[in-house]
Amino acid sequence: MMEGISKDKFKKISIDISAGEQIARPRMTYWQDAWRRLKTNKVAMLSIIILLTIMIMTIIGPYLSGFPYEEINPAKINIKPNSEHWFGTDELGRDVFSRVWQAGRISMVIGIVGALIATVVGSIYGAVAAYFGGKVDTIMMRIVEILMSVPYLIIVILISIITETRSIGTLLVSLTLTGWCGMARLVRGQMLQLKQQEYIMAAEALGVSPWKIITRHLIPNSLGIVIVAITFDIPGYIFAETFLSYIGLGVQPPSTSWGALASAAQQNFIFYPHQLFFPSLMIALTMLSFTLLGDGLRDALDPKLRQ
Amino acid sequence: MKKILEVKDLHVSFHTYAGEVKAVRGISFDLNKGETLALVGESGCGKTVTAKAIMRLLKEPPAEIKKGSQILFNGENVVEMKKKRLSTFRGEDVSMIFQDPMTSLNPTMTVGKQIMESLEIHKKMNKKEAEAEAIRLLEIVNIPNAAERVKAYPHELSGGMRQRVMIAIALSCNPKILIADEPTTALDVTIQAQIIDLLGELKEKFDTSIILVTHDLGVVANFADKIQVMYAGQVVERGTKKDIFYNSRHPYTWALLSSVPRLNTESKEELYSLGGTPPDLILPLKGCPFSSRCEHCMEICLEERPEELSLTETHSLSCWLQHPSAPKVERPEALRGEIHE
Amino acid sequence: MGRYILKRIGYMFLTLFIITTLTFFLMHSIPGDPLAHMAKKLPEQIRLNYYEKYGLDKPVIVQYGKFLKNVITKGDLGESLRYPGRSVTETILKNAKVSGRLGIQAIVIGVTIGIVLGIIAALNRNRWPDYLVMFIAILGVTVPVFIIAALLQYLFTVRFELLPTTGWGKFKHTILPTIAMCFGSIATYARYMRSNVLEVINQDYILTAQAKGVSPFNVVRKHVLRNAILPAITILGPQIAGVFTGSFVIERIFGIPGLGFYYVSSISDRDYTMIIGTTIFYATLFVFSQLVVDILYGVVDPRIRVSKSGK
Repeated sequence: MMEGISKDKFKKISIDISAGEQIARPRMTYWQDAWRRLKTNKVAMLSIIILLTIMIMTIIGPYLSGFPYEEINPAKINIKPNSEHWFGTDELGRDVFSRVWQAGRISMVIGIVGALIATVVGSIYGAVAAYFGGKVDTIMMRIVEILMSVPYLIIVILISIITETRSIGTLLVSLTLTGWCGMARLVRGQMLQLKQQEYIMAAEALGVSPWKIITRHLIPNSLGIVIVAITFDIPGYIFAETFLSYIGLGVQPPSTSWGALASAAQQNFIFYPHQLFFPSLMIALTMLSFTLLGDGLRDALDPKLRQ
Repeated sequence: MKKILEVKDLHVSFHTYAGEVKAVRGISFDLNKGETLALVGESGCGKTVTAKAIMRLLKEPPAEIKKGSQILFNGENVVEMKKKRLSTFRGEDVSMIFQDPMTSLNPTMTVGKQIMESLEIHKKMNKKEAEAEAIRLLEIVNIPNAAERVKAYPHELSGGMRQRVMIAIALSCNPKILIADEPTTALDVTIQAQIIDLLGELKEKFDTSIILVTHDLGVVANFADKIQVMYAGQVVERGTKKDIFYNSRHPYTWALLSSVPRLNTESKEELYSLGGTPPDLILPLKGCPFSSRCEHCMEICLEERPEELSLTETHSLSCWLQHPSAPKVERPEALRGEIHE
Repeated sequence: MGRYILKRIGYMFLTLFIITTLTFFLMHSIPGDPLAHMAKKLPEQIRLNYYEKYGLDKPVIVQYGKFLKNVITKGDLGESLRYPGRSVTETILKNAKVSGRLGIQAIVIGVTIGIVLGIIAALNRNRWPDYLVMFIAILGVTVPVFIIAALLQYLFTVRFELLPTTGWGKFKHTILPTIAMCFGSIATYARYMRSNVLEVINQDYILTAQAKGVSPFNVVRKHVLRNAILPAITILGPQIAGVFTGSFVIERIFGIPGLGFYYVSSISDRDYTMIIGTTIFYATLFVFSQLVVDILYGVVDPRIRVSKSGK
């Protein structure tokens, strides 16, 4: 079997052993890898497209139909969707198309800003608790525990009753007052877990400065779960606002939100289903897209699933 | 001696986004009754995959046992077994111990119940008989207070104890073959020796054949009858314990042996360590898989894969150095002479 | 375990005390006359009489002391501001019975169906039952409860005239509200169980069970399910909270005289004593159910049972 091979093939050659270290697979950073996986997730990509569309429409939508959202027209009450009023009109003859997008602005702003406030406050609080540890940590987390054991919406309701003015600002305050607690717990847990990881200890043992450990290891490694949590938080705030509007504690006229539109349409929905349908559709689509995007992001960002 | 297990041309692949990872590339070996076979190699050389393939425990997909692969248990092809036959095959004919006793036991079930489970399935015992037998098994694996410990949950036991429980489960139905996948790696050094001794003792008692998967030649030295050195999904050298420890011919085996600390190693001497990493198994391997790390590498090694060559009845290897035209390479100095047994 | 429970009960009372205090002072810090809704019609003398009757003429801290004393000694939350003579405690207990029945019905059904659906989805991963369950679950998480309620009303009462739109008293009155309410629980539990089961399936001890020769059916029944269902108890807490908030909306839509219905109307009535009372009641119920859930989890999971009782 081994016959007939020329003798010079058996000359010893020097091999550069380090060449064996070369990695054959394409090298990818954590974020490139996450993006690659997110891209292959069709559901998540569709969610991004839907969300972008809705966001753009909340900016330009109110001007498209030619009917300002607050314009009352007694001659055109409760019209069904037609070529002139694409989504029909409400009980005061206002154009539902314009109103839906105008309302979307408030719902989206509340969702996104609410989630961002909660994330910033919660992350700082959680990181501080995890950094100091010991008694400070115990006390800070006890406070969070007490805050979290109060039914969330009851706090929101109480604050809304007290702050009589119903601007977006006060609404955001009442929504985020205890909303950051979940994020604080999440970030603290992640930080504590990371602190115990061997590679952090290795970095410490090698004398890497604390600042570098924070920026190179702690932040990048907890960013993933924070981003996922934000995606799940946004629909939560939109939901809460919807709920508040429904029991009459949300934004007040003339401004409006999806929840306010839906709750106004609810009374007569058997006769004019379109008035309930469009805001409900927007709520559902937005919530759905954020939830599915969150699922996709979680799968994409979870290093455990890296193959 | 009776062949109890024959593996013929086993190929296993994993399908991943980056492509097909060929984890096991054509492995063949036999196992006789009452014999201990060790699969030795670095992490990722395919030894665990081989072990799991024998029990059909690989998740398919992403894993795939390629067509043409044969795993014959007493002449019966495991690859083609139906679900029902597999249930009796596993546990009764072949059983397995895993690396990490911390995670291999069900945390919400008492250890007694976990031992009784296989007794109830395979030996059709009722609860009472099974419990008595479970206690007896715990005693056999040297767990003190067995009558009480049957009611313990896994987290109430130490790592060594849990591994003993795993052994008790594996041996509960007198399997013909016991596969031990790195059974000591996750344990303290002192416990490691105890577990190995226990395995040896039980092997005599139960007359079981053992396949020991390990990266630790020290473990093998005391225990195995035959040794197979694996690299990149292939067997590069195989032989009896004597063949491998005293007479090995493959540079990779030399490297493995040189990296085992020995009593006569001078204190100033640095322990040998093999540079580089094994090849990426996604790539097609041209030539000898070890060539990129081999200090005796020749041109031919990069071009063609060496075929397996038998030196004696028990000893064979795949290496171009055995070719008549190849330069003579001596076994490294340090490996000559003493090997503790 | 005993010490742990005692400690938790201690914290529960601390939490309740904080909530009670906060609620009380927050409600009393609202500017304006708490009797504004009737003040215009009232002659000055009667108005002062009312102030005395409710103790509103005294400093807030004195009112607080009296309130706390009454709550602790007699369980008395005072009298409704809007409907003089109506006891807050009695009103709450009467309405809570109605809400309680609906809530328990919704949780039991919702959790059961959710768990079953989640398991089915996980075991049929990436096949049609999985997609179907996940579709239902996504709808349940993303569609606000009042929209579901409106759809149910439309389908079952307007379209097919099978069930009454609103009202209370008979079993048939509870069907639609229960379905609307348990939708959220079904969705959450289905998603949660699915990911739990998928996680447990990848654990090493499942491999051990397979290596023992346990049949696929029994691997699922004896090893996967128990380990996957146990942690599901921990999310019972949020479910109970969800039923509370659901009740605010559902009871209004279906005209059910429950606690949520009166809570929302006391908010629009600015009936402060009623708001304080109901808030405290809700908080108590919520905190208590969290405690029960925690203890329950400790009892069923051997790992926690030991770690909490031991050292």
